[in-house]
Amino acid sequence: MRGLQWFNALSAGPAAVAGLPASLKVADGMLGGQPVRFIAVVTDPDNRFPRARTGEVGLLEGWGLAKAVDDAIARGDQRPIIAIVDVPSQAYGRREEALGIHQALAAAADSYARARLAGHPVIALLVGKAMSGAFLAHGYQANRLIALRDPGVMVHAMGKASAARVTLRSVEELEALAASVPPMAYDIESFASLGLLWETLSVSQIEQPTADDVARVGDCLLKAIRDVDGRDLSGRLGASNRAASSHVRQLLREQW
Amino acid sequence: MTDLLSRHSFVELGARQRARALLDSGTFRELIDPFQRVMSPWLSRQGVVPQADDGVVIAKGSIAGLPVVIAAIEGNFQGGSLGEVGGAKIAGALELAAEDNRKGIETRAVLLLETGGVRLQEANLGLAAIADIHAAIVDLRQYQPVIGVVAGSVGCFGGMSIAAGLCSYLVVTREARLGLNGPQVIEQEAGLEEYDSRDRPFIWSLTGGEQRFNSGLADRYVADDVAQLQQTVTALLQQGVPAQQRSRQAEHYLARLNELDASPHIDAATVRALYQGERS
Repeated sequence: MRGLQWFNALSAGPAAVAGLPASLKVADGMLGGQPVRFIAVVTDPDNRFPRARTGEVGLLEGWGLAKAVDDAIARGDQRPIIAIVDVPSQAYGRREEALGIHQALAAAADSYARARLAGHPVIALLVGKAMSGAFLAHGYQANRLIALRDPGVMVHAMGKASAARVTLRSVEELEALAASVPPMAYDIESFASLGLLWETLSVSQIEQPTADDVARVGDCLLKAIRDVDGRDLSGRLGASNRAASSHVRQLLREQW
Repeated sequence: MTDLLSRHSFVELGARQRARALLDSGTFRELIDPFQRVMSPWLSRQGVVPQADDGVVIAKGSIAGLPVVIAAIEGNFQGGSLGEVGGAKIAGALELAAEDNRKGIETRAVLLLETGGVRLQEANLGLAAIADIHAAIVDLRQYQPVIGVVAGSVGCFGGMSIAAGLCSYLVVTREARLGLNGPQVIEQEAGLEEYDSRDRPFIWSLTGGEQRFNSGLADRYVADDVAQLQQTVTALLQQGVPAQQRSRQAEHYLARLNELDASPHIDAATVRALYQGERS
């Protein structure tokens, strides 16, 4: 419910786009005197797709996110787009695979990337889980990533049980490795060491943000919007724990 | 039978051979080749033997005289999974191809996708690299076609299935599978009744290359034959950017999904009918 709480606290006014699934919250608010679009994926116990009822990004969510972002692009005013990220996973299910959930998530990533290329400052605010395909579709194409400091805020490629099964390890072995290998860890401090976050900040009540929490996060979002100085993701490179990513690019350029 | 004998399997080739087979004869030039030994900094500390090319081959050359960069994933190394180095090779190559186009050099890209997605031993750096790859495909696609090929036998899964969905054109064979979540993971997360990872005919019927093509989620369906793949990729490169990008059809797909009765479990024929109507 964090995503919904922060969406309600930050946005104002009526729904900005008609015809979206109930699992998406999309509205425009004002930040620093300019219109800003807020987008969140939320739980929907009545979702027609049962595997997407608890906040997962599924078929309707992927295509719906694309529509919500496309609508912002079509307004032509380069309004900033804030993805409020609290997504436990993509939807895992038979219907989802059969109907091409990968294509739905591609549509969402496509729209966020095109918004960024079209000059919209795109900011992702991580208030809960940011897992795997769900994060790729909702947030990871942002110019700037901001995470709240909290044990419930985490970024990862796969849940622990599945990751253990796929890598033929026990969950305990996986946790032991995660403690010494930063990219494998589930906590936000380890993730921050990879250089992918623009800012982290603490709030007093992450589940039920206070007026002061909302004001501070709003201020941080505004700073991030103003900090956007390009249309690519190069601002994420440079951390020592991600040195190979820069090294490889340098070699490619030399040998190109 | 003569047709079968005259074919040369593409699926049986490794990543480097595949790239070489698609490029005009004598034009293959590999960047960061294995002798430079740019390897994963994360695997050996976990007891996994790294590979000198980290499972990704980047090759420049030409196809029918057109400037091309190919990124080929080696499905035989760690299931074609993408870690920091392999992911950065693909993202960096696509970024440079887009930069070329902004300077008037019309470099195109071909992605040979045999991958389970993120390499879990490098989890968050693999995921970050795949986000970079998505960004670079969307950027380059504005100028030139980015062609995805899923030939098999690994297939294309995880975050890289999203990359496949971003390509200007997608080519599949009967050996290909394309899906977001691997069968084992769906079974783990959703249970055996939802998805039986050992029921291969069932999985193939929903996610195999033929089904993806027949339901409009791939653009070309070709035999596992080097010459046919070469001809298909060449024709698509010459075609230029598509008029309508599949990943930009939200209204269409939302309308189709709204028509679906989502209560019963689904079969392959239902997907084809829903997405393609009379074509199936």
